[in-house]
Amino acid sequence: MRKENDALMAQQMNVRNEWYLSSFERFEKSLNGEAKMSVHTMRRAAIAKFAEIGFPTTHDEEWKYTDVTPIARMHFKPILEYKSAGLTAEDIERFTFGIPNLAVIVNGHFSKELSRLSDLPKGVRTGSLAEALRNDTGIIENHLAHHARYEENGFLALSTAFLRDGAFVHIPEKIVLEEPIHLLFISTNPGEPFVSHPRNLIIAGKSSQAAILETYVSLTSNKYFTNAVSEIVVGENAVLEHDKLQVESEQAFHVSTIHIHQERNSNFVQHAITMGGLLTRNNITAVLSGEGIESTVNGLYLGTGTQHIDNHTVIDHAQPHCNSHELYKGILSGKSRGVFNGKIFVRKDAQKTDAKQTNKNLVLSDEASIDTKPQLEIFANDVKCTHGATIGQLDEEAIFYLRSRGIDLGKARDILIFAFASDVVDRLNIEPLRDHLHAMIHDRLETEREQK
Amino acid sequence: MLEIINLHASVGGNEILRGIDLKVNAGEVHAIMGPNGSGKSTLAGVLAGRESYQVTEGKIIYNGHDLLEMAPEARAREGIFLAFQYPVEIPGVSNTYFLKAGLNAIRKHKGLEELDAIEFLKLVKEKAKLVEMDETLLSRPVNQGFSGGEKKRNEIFQMAVLEPKLAILDETDSGLDIDALRTVADGVNKLRRPDNSTIVVTHYQRLLNYIVPDYVHVLVDGRIVKSGRKQLALELEDKGYDWLRDESVVNA
Repeated sequence: MRKENDALMAQQMNVRNEWYLSSFERFEKSLNGEAKMSVHTMRRAAIAKFAEIGFPTTHDEEWKYTDVTPIARMHFKPILEYKSAGLTAEDIERFTFGIPNLAVIVNGHFSKELSRLSDLPKGVRTGSLAEALRNDTGIIENHLAHHARYEENGFLALSTAFLRDGAFVHIPEKIVLEEPIHLLFISTNPGEPFVSHPRNLIIAGKSSQAAILETYVSLTSNKYFTNAVSEIVVGENAVLEHDKLQVESEQAFHVSTIHIHQERNSNFVQHAITMGGLLTRNNITAVLSGEGIESTVNGLYLGTGTQHIDNHTVIDHAQPHCNSHELYKGILSGKSRGVFNGKIFVRKDAQKTDAKQTNKNLVLSDEASIDTKPQLEIFANDVKCTHGATIGQLDEEAIFYLRSRGIDLGKARDILIFAFASDVVDRLNIEPLRDHLHAMIHDRLETEREQK
Repeated sequence: MLEIINLHASVGGNEILRGIDLKVNAGEVHAIMGPNGSGKSTLAGVLAGRESYQVTEGKIIYNGHDLLEMAPEARAREGIFLAFQYPVEIPGVSNTYFLKAGLNAIRKHKGLEELDAIEFLKLVKEKAKLVEMDETLLSRPVNQGFSGGEKKRNEIFQMAVLEPKLAILDETDSGLDIDALRTVADGVNKLRRPDNSTIVVTHYQRLLNYIVPDYVHVLVDGRIVKSGRKQLALELEDKGYDWLRDESVVNA
């Protein structure tokens, strides 16, 4: 029986993979002359890899708690080129959070007319990856797909096979950006289930300083799939904050791979906030590949309804004298499900490592759940590594305290949930984002309370 | 103001209060004294609406309301205030935000306009001064990192802002040094009004030197075994509680 099932599964998987293989052929044809570029050799290698490994299954340890069958069985159509979909600056204003430097990516393709990038200091490049593929061949060859490798899993293989456009940011040496750069990814409705593979490359040069926000939003209630990949290089002595906000629709599938490569004495801070999507998987890897690095990887996930949110993080201490800090907090209500897997590697040479990981969860209903798993793999002997995970409900004594001062039960619960989330939100250095997030979380709690 | 009639209450199936009768009129201060485990804090908790206590018999009438039918927040809005024995730390919620939410809920219930941020700030500064509370504590998370004395003072500060009709002080004195005790008691005395009542729950007579009660009740094994005027507190200080315990066993 088991064998038959396996055979049936393999057959189904082949059919699913088939869809992407034929999509790739159409994609290849649409490229015309571009297929001659060197990047195309990599695309072909990546689709060949996808044909071999396909989508991950729950038999795979890394995907044990996240079944991607709902993604694999859909025939999502790739969006091959940029279409403005009639969007105007007004349509997207509410997603910009008032951040002046704005790059807009619509269904995976950079939109020049919707972006506002003229105020950036001289030398700072922010724009389309497609354009960088043509004009910045040096940087592209040194970095693109070097950090997030397509061999790793089927999603990365697909991203690399269909690699076409996305955001490209290059902050040259010693440049200090006063204002953040907002990369806004919008999914609109092209009429049928579709997939976009935004591919982003962010390079912070030596001793530069910047803050970058990636926001993922929907202007459609149709089913679609975002398969996003960001490669981030933090140069020597650079200071970079990179935040990601995912507020896609309840119909969206969202798989995101963020690979951070840090060089010596760099300081990287990230907050990954997930509020949207039906099924979300974040793969976040930070490689600390020089001495004296500070790396902070924080996250917040709010699940409701039937949302599934999976955060997989890897902090790879490859060199000595580096500190990493990780705080992930989750709030799960309804029938939502959360997964946190936090891996910390401390390699043989990485003496004097100080790594701290914390995962805290509030599970607000009987039907919501969380699977949390810290994973420490330590090969050095002079290190400090701590980890802790908690799963709990709201503190009844605190609720009673608030009620005893006249605050009603619903509001008392909201105050405590909001405070739990604020612990992460208040750490954001991008102020307009912080304010908007506070408001968004507040609204969400209010809506949920009214639905009860 | 408050009438407790034959009140029985249990915690986890154990009967703690075994028939309490007590009447508190407007303007009076009542002290409830008794040894550890006699049910003092249970009584305070039942009055404030703590849900872990089950009332199995009896009733409580508060200003014409059936108190036991009311949610904790409804009681607070009707003017009941419990100063907690162990004030709760609430990380991430500032003292002023918390208190503003409470005060405005109470004001709304009374049909008064809610205070805006500026009016509220003015009020809390005035009240902080009244109870000699350090203003820097206002913007800090509720009770987090407060010393024992600061937590108790914060309770009295909240009481000053919310202006309850019936304040219940649950062991507000325990663990305080004499200076802190004096400031807390001063705060309570400044807030006394002819139309407000106070129930002081305490183990020690010391607090009653500063907050002078009209009546003293002794609670032993879930019953009031003796009531009297303030001299009773002094007598208890001398003789302890054991003689009353024996008396209650004999009476039973």
